[in-house]
Amino acid sequence: MARMVSTRRKTINTVLAWGVGLIIFFPILWITVLSFKSEGDAIRTPIEVLTAPWTLESYATVQERSNYLKHFWNSVILSVGSTFLGLLVAVPAAWSMAFVPSKRTKDILMWMLSTKMLPAVGVLYPIYLLFIRMGLLDSRLGLTIVLMLINLPIIVWMLYTYFREIPGEILEAARMDGAGLREEILYVLTPMAVPGIASTVLLNVILAWNEAFWTLNLTAATAAPLTAFIASYSSPEGLFYAKLSAASVMAIAPILILGWFSQKQLVRGLTFGAVK
Amino acid sequence: MATRHSRSAARLMMAPAVVLLLGWMLVPLVMTLWFSFRKYLPLRGGDLGWVGFDNYASFIRSSAFWPSVQVTLTLVVGVLAITLVVGVLLALLLDQPMWGQGIVRILVIAPFFVMPTVSALVWKNIMMDPNNGFLGHLWRAVGLQPIDWLSQASMGSIILIVSWEWLPFATLILLTALQSLDSEQMEAAEMDGAGPLARFGFITLPHLGRAITVVILIQTIFLLSIFAEIFVTTGGAFGTRTLTYLIYQRVLESQNVGLGSAGGVYAIILANIVAIFLMRIVGKNLDA
Repeated sequence: MARMVSTRRKTINTVLAWGVGLIIFFPILWITVLSFKSEGDAIRTPIEVLTAPWTLESYATVQERSNYLKHFWNSVILSVGSTFLGLLVAVPAAWSMAFVPSKRTKDILMWMLSTKMLPAVGVLYPIYLLFIRMGLLDSRLGLTIVLMLINLPIIVWMLYTYFREIPGEILEAARMDGAGLREEILYVLTPMAVPGIASTVLLNVILAWNEAFWTLNLTAATAAPLTAFIASYSSPEGLFYAKLSAASVMAIAPILILGWFSQKQLVRGLTFGAVK
Repeated sequence: MATRHSRSAARLMMAPAVVLLLGWMLVPLVMTLWFSFRKYLPLRGGDLGWVGFDNYASFIRSSAFWPSVQVTLTLVVGVLAITLVVGVLLALLLDQPMWGQGIVRILVIAPFFVMPTVSALVWKNIMMDPNNGFLGHLWRAVGLQPIDWLSQASMGSIILIVSWEWLPFATLILLTALQSLDSEQMEAAEMDGAGPLARFGFITLPHLGRAITVVILIQTIFLLSIFAEIFVTTGGAFGTRTLTYLIYQRVLESQNVGLGSAGGVYAIILANIVAIFLMRIVGKNLDA
């Protein structure tokens, strides 16, 4: 009997959920449409926009006028670079905390997490000053290091929760069979840790890609990633709807796709394992 | 059993992460503290010496301080209220059987992946602009006078933009928590004659309690430091200057580093109060 009611209820649910989903998604949908219109058509009424001819001209203009690709590569280098630098430091740390825990392990983890909660603006000037003194202002190297440091607690924490799920008995068995620390890490732990490491990489690339405090304050023309490049549209000249849309679509598309693959890990990574 | 050898190896492996984070935390923090006690104007004379707690006092006494606290609180509370209420409703809806659930989920969480500068600029220009924006067209289509959202309803507009960014996060976490709800308990309550509202109030909501707390704490920490959204929309005008933005203006725009640093110390203290509560919850989970 419950089954029979459910078709009608299912229809209502479907209509409602799709309606809400489309409203939430609408701004993204709309800029996608506008990005394929000419600048003159993009400011017309929505019906006129939809019936106007489709064109790729805005994508070409954005690249031509502002060297979009340079900023895109900056984003790629900063997000991927900072994540891998972070992994290099975090994997050993998380490994040792998960498999050789001591009395202080929990305190260290909590302390690492607490550094993430330091408001960036509180240390803006010191970092700014250090960057000037070290010649790192508007350099990709400097920003990569900063992004690595702000995400390091999340990387360590996520890896730790994944590593902890690897049964310790397997490591003991390997040790009994004569595996040393190096073999243990290389042949036993690494294969089992790959899914966890992959999720960690995914989430951190997303977070670094979208970071918009340090990237705005520590870069200018040279090292600016997409977050900072897009911000230059806040004081536009002339018509710019189609160009802003095209630039935005290109900036968010790669991360949207990555993000959709990482839904599950997102919850875990962002709540530090408090909600699973 | 961990041997002494593996213990010292473990400590060695932990060292780089600990040292890096310690440096990252302590060096700028000590500098901020130091600057906060000095009259420091990089463009107008540089470091002009020790002033005790003057910066702390003048930061609080400045006419911009209390409004900025009020704006910050309005933003945090407004966004939390919207994302939680809508988030719970949306999570409940998405938990129901329907066609194309996976796609709807994707549509709903999409805004979370949009970088802050893009979402702020798209809302400011393409959605909210009174002349050419989508909402302007919509208002005219039904015969209304378009609203200049970001100047006439500035706070509401910023809350809307930020809520749009954070609703996916709240929904996703609440949905995850909802899916771990024991369906047998629900059925038992239904058989005992509990209506939908009673079931929601006595079973679902208590079950979501922990997830809701986590959402509140994590969002509060991020919302307290909202920057890009204000930077590219109003630039702090029209009564949207948050504490974070005020400090930014003192430090980088007017280059009054001493005053800004004192503000920074206030912001750090404020964030720490929230963080303590969050850490307690996360810590409890670590033991379980």
